[in-house]
Amino acid sequence: MAFIEIEDVDLVYRNSFGHEVSDGTLALSGANLTMERGEFIALVGPSGCGKSTLLKVVSGLIRANKGKVKVAGETVTDPLKIVGMAFQNASLLPWRSTRENVLLPLEIVEPHRQNFRLDKAHYEEMADKLLATVGLEGFGDRAPWQLSGGMQQRAQLCRALVHEPELLLLDEPFGALDAFTREELWDVLQALYNDRKCTVMLVTHDLREAVYLADTVYVMSARPGRVILDKKINMPRPRKLEDLYSRDIADLIQDLRHHINVARSDQ
Amino acid sequence: MKNIWLERLSPWILTLVLIILWELIVKGFGIARIVMPSASESFYAIWEYRDGLLNSSLTTLYATIIGFSIAVVFGVLMGVAIGLWRPVYVTVYPLMVAFNAIPKVVVVPILVLWIGAGLQTSSVTAFILCFFPIVVNMAVGLATIEPELKDVLRALGAKERDIVIKVGIPRSLPYLFASLKIAITLAFVGAVIAETVAGAEGIGNLMLVASSNFNTPLMFAGIIVIAAMATGMYGIFAIMDSRFTGWATRGSMNFATAGG
Repeated sequence: MAFIEIEDVDLVYRNSFGHEVSDGTLALSGANLTMERGEFIALVGPSGCGKSTLLKVVSGLIRANKGKVKVAGETVTDPLKIVGMAFQNASLLPWRSTRENVLLPLEIVEPHRQNFRLDKAHYEEMADKLLATVGLEGFGDRAPWQLSGGMQQRAQLCRALVHEPELLLLDEPFGALDAFTREELWDVLQALYNDRKCTVMLVTHDLREAVYLADTVYVMSARPGRVILDKKINMPRPRKLEDLYSRDIADLIQDLRHHINVARSDQ
Repeated sequence: MKNIWLERLSPWILTLVLIILWELIVKGFGIARIVMPSASESFYAIWEYRDGLLNSSLTTLYATIIGFSIAVVFGVLMGVAIGLWRPVYVTVYPLMVAFNAIPKVVVVPILVLWIGAGLQTSSVTAFILCFFPIVVNMAVGLATIEPELKDVLRALGAKERDIVIKVGIPRSLPYLFASLKIAITLAFVGAVIAETVAGAEGIGNLMLVASSNFNTPLMFAGIIVIAAMATGMYGIFAIMDSRFTGWATRGSMNFATAGG
């Protein structure tokens, strides 16, 4: 059975009072997607096509108006508790040290929440180990504003993973980084994924990023968004940056690019 | 090392220079004492009327602190309500803006009518003047929590209460302290206005009496005392601010940092 099943999902954005907006901005319309446990997928598409919205629907942060959303066999009605999330803005809390930022989820998620005060030393050690795996050894005591943008994103990945979520939702986490830092972080993410084998949904604008990291790349149409194409990426793991420059992969990226351009012109 | 000391001393040096200039100008142009007393005469007046000044300034300080404390309690509560619940924000906020636009001097006679002239009038006026900035700042701090951060926490199963405790309150503290620095000086202004307009006991009233007696040195003495008290209170809150929320001045509040 598929881990994530999205069938025929429609979503209309609501205003802050919970009423549907009068012009009825349809963000998603008839979106379909299925994912296996442990799969890594990427969502690409024209900007404003509802990629991020689809992530939020999967996480249960917003409820679909129509259609079926199931994760691990259960229909999603409330925010899921098996999720880790990371965004373009690292949004680390400036009054906490980097380590305390990484620990934040454990102060909220059960069963850690109950043990947190008693087992603090154990959890801190866990956070430090995790920070070390992303190349932030010894940075636990630093304040977030003392870290560079790339380091902040590494810390954010740790925060997203510290409670060992089954599902990792990434919304353009590397979007604001320079090209070199971004490529570095692709490998950090790849290593974390190979190590943990959690299920990952990545929203991105960067086709190379999508192809490099994902097992399947889904292309979405212009708003209202639905999935119009899926491409399996048959690159063996662990992948290397050089692989991106092979003929097959270059053609694949070119093909994806073409589909997105067509989708954009439909707008 | 030398520069740091110079920076710390510079406001004091400027104060001293201004006082010397004041003295020289008044003496040099032979300005009548009743129009403008010299610095030395004003400072002497502080000494001469020390008992009266001490009594009235303590009364004023008392009224200020009462009004300010009530404003902090209710301002924080109101700010939390406005910052967290949008229906409260859209309903209450426009009215608060309108009320805040009223020059508070005109409210004092009404207060006198209702509660008489005295400590209560000065306290209430102090409260009215400093309530608004506290509410606004508290609300802003809570209402501007990054939506992504809310999502991160909600996706962990955090309740609204968790988000407020873990993120909302710490994040709004710098806003609150910034507003307290302004609010305490406004509370002083409010108390003195009430004392001047309503004739309630306090340094405002002392100024009024000094004015009707043409005792200009005493009026200047009063101004100096008020300024010193307000600056002192501001200083206390400025120190608390940097103690509790030093991270806010060093880090960027909007987390807009990105890249390499």
